[in-house]
Amino acid sequence: MLTLQCPYCGVQADETELSPGYEAHLKRFGPGSTPEEFESYMFARKNPKGVHFERWRHAYGCGKWFLAARDTNTLEVFGTYPAQSSAPPADLIAKIKQKRPDWEGYK
Amino acid sequence: MRRYSVFAIAREALRYHSGWERAWASPTPKASYDAIIIGAGGHGLATAYYLGKNHGITNVAVIEKGWLGGGNTGRNTTIIRSNYLQDPSAAIYEKARSLYETMSQDLNYNVMFSPRGVIMLAQTHHEVRGYLRTAHANALQGVETQFINAAKVKELVPIINIDGPRYPVLGGLWQPRGGTARHDAVAWGYARACSDMGMDIIQQCEVKGVRSEGGKVVGVETTKGYIGTKKLGIVVAGHSGQVADMAGFRLPVEAVALQALVSEPIKPCMDVVVMANTVHGYMSQSDKGEMVIGGGTDGFNNYTQRGSFHHIEETLRALVETFPMISRLKMLRQWGGIVDMTGDRSPLISKTPLGNCFINCGWGTGGFKAIPGSGWAMAELMAKGEPGPLAAAFSLDRFKEGRFIDESVAAGVAH
Repeated sequence: MLTLQCPYCGVQADETELSPGYEAHLKRFGPGSTPEEFESYMFARKNPKGVHFERWRHAYGCGKWFLAARDTNTLEVFGTYPAQSSAPPADLIAKIKQKRPDWEGYK
Repeated sequence: MRRYSVFAIAREALRYHSGWERAWASPTPKASYDAIIIGAGGHGLATAYYLGKNHGITNVAVIEKGWLGGGNTGRNTTIIRSNYLQDPSAAIYEKARSLYETMSQDLNYNVMFSPRGVIMLAQTHHEVRGYLRTAHANALQGVETQFINAAKVKELVPIINIDGPRYPVLGGLWQPRGGTARHDAVAWGYARACSDMGMDIIQQCEVKGVRSEGGKVVGVETTKGYIGTKKLGIVVAGHSGQVADMAGFRLPVEAVALQALVSEPIKPCMDVVVMANTVHGYMSQSDKGEMVIGGGTDGFNNYTQRGSFHHIEETLRALVETFPMISRLKMLRQWGGIVDMTGDRSPLISKTPLGNCFINCGWGTGGFKAIPGSGWAMAELMAKGEPGPLAAAFSLDRFKEGRFIDESVAAGVAH
């Protein structure tokens, strides 16, 4: 069972108390943007087989949104971090690089 | 190709079954083809078949990373229905359903199509209204469905509990011409027919890159070397994102795991397919007697072909509530498949930003029922370079233009 540590309340939460929120760090576009920009925000997805950065919500716990780095091919969790981050933290990137030397890095 | 018939069985019975041929050849790839299809699942093989049959293009290769029909074609719950709400969906799924009716004769291969009927239970008043609306829409689309009351549901499915504690059955959307088919046989039948037309089905051959010149595709790099092609069809379901990445574009697709399971075989007890979308589970009985069970997808990106245990628990809880007699059945097997979910839960049969490269994906949790219609539409798109009437609405542009085919609301959860 997938287990993620909530970075706010510290609980090791299994997936039954979490709600998935899909891709993290999307660049948001609103009124006035081009159709291409809006499509890139609303629909186009990285959907990688490997390292992925995602939004999760500790729905049946503290209720907070947070972010997680996870391998979609092995379900290994690299770490979680607060939702108030515009990019993954450097130490987490370094940790993933160490475990996945072939990984092309965060884009 | 020697045809399968009662005379063939008699002939072979008299000579120790020594004359059966291989159903399809396993050739080494040629240097180039008129068209290459990536993915030898149902949709890919059907595309190749209709390229040959409807459009006379037979210099075709179907290349497959694993083995034929080893992906979602061999992992689904084999349900065939076409009771969709939106016109483009009803058209393509009804085309597929009608092609299933004659598929065994067409392919000379028994796909065991069993038009036993499909019921989608209405267990809330909202669902009753929704299915009444769908029944009216289907009447206009020429799809034969009807809304039936709870007594009729009980008559069709004696083992059902219509007075359930949480969600009593209030009625159902009944499609008498829906049913099931043997999923492997669909892939095998198409493969045999394609091979007979001279097409190459190349298994154990993974695509590693897509080569293009001047914005047009010219070939694919594979584990068996470079293969040139004039046209490329990407029909790889769960891994569409990876192949699209090689071809240099992004898709409105997320890959998630969908699970299914079967019970130990029991005597015949249910001769229709029942889908309970509110409590979230669906069940039919296979010819071997196993109860074939499906439920919901996991809600996160996943390529592991196995799913979360708590989803099985939810599905079985729902079905035990609906069919109390299954409460002591043992489950034999459980498995997962990687399904490609689009933003509006409808498929893509489309041109792509790369010239002469076409994609067919996004069937999500409901691809098996669409195989012949999907192949028919994709073959037309690849042969002519422009979509025909079946495929036109399923273009990649619809996400940019806001022309969604909103079946995620219309069809509830189960596909």
